[in-house]
Amino acid sequence: MAASIFHRASGVALSIGGLGVLTWWLYAIATGADAYATFTKAAMHPIGLIVLVGISWSFFQHLLTGIRHLVMDTGAAFELGINKTSAVLTFVGSVVLTAAIWFYLLGVAK
Amino acid sequence: MSVGKSSTPLGKVRGLGSARHGGEHWLTERVTSIALLLLGTWLIASLLLLPKLDQRTMVEWLRAPSGAVPMALLIIVGFRHALDGMKVVIDDYVHEEGSRFAWNTLMLFLAVGGAALAFYSLARIAFGAVA
Repeated sequence: MAASIFHRASGVALSIGGLGVLTWWLYAIATGADAYATFTKAAMHPIGLIVLVGISWSFFQHLLTGIRHLVMDTGAAFELGINKTSAVLTFVGSVVLTAAIWFYLLGVAK
Repeated sequence: MSVGKSSTPLGKVRGLGSARHGGEHWLTERVTSIALLLLGTWLIASLLLLPKLDQRTMVEWLRAPSGAVPMALLIIVGFRHALDGMKVVIDDYVHEEGSRFAWNTLMLFLAVGGAALAFYSLARIAFGAVA
């Protein structure tokens, strides 16, 4: 239940926020150093960081529930035990992966 | 396309419907999801492995075929998958016919417009139009 609605919510977040940021970022790279500096400034602002962390978490959550749905599309994993365990694992996995890349990124940035 | 000869539920609906589209939207969403599994992982791994995240480094990365080609695919497949996914959400939650059409049309315009802008930007970088 929760895994399903989070799959949708993270999908909407990626469609609007993720692709929006990707497009802005590519446009900034293509426009030049000044435009890129504007993008970086917004991205490094506390609100910008929250948005980026949210997008990356959405990505991992959507990826993991997506894999889970692909498995379920084959007719597997509908038993209550494995169904619930795999749903919980998507949340654990997405939080761990998001934390890991941001610890790494912010560590390198310093 | 197979028409109703398969024994699986997907196989039965493929090629059906007045336009013979059957379950193609459903299937496309899943095929693009597998592509994005690879392309999304590529993007994150690339960003983590780049020595710096400044503009010059990005230009060099996206000017090489190994950066430009996967990024081109990511743009096309990403916007397509987003459009397909948003359609499912809209069709599920917007019940009035006119509003549903309006929302789906808005998403189509946003997806095509966004993809064009992203692709134009990538083309500028990849073809060396950026200092």
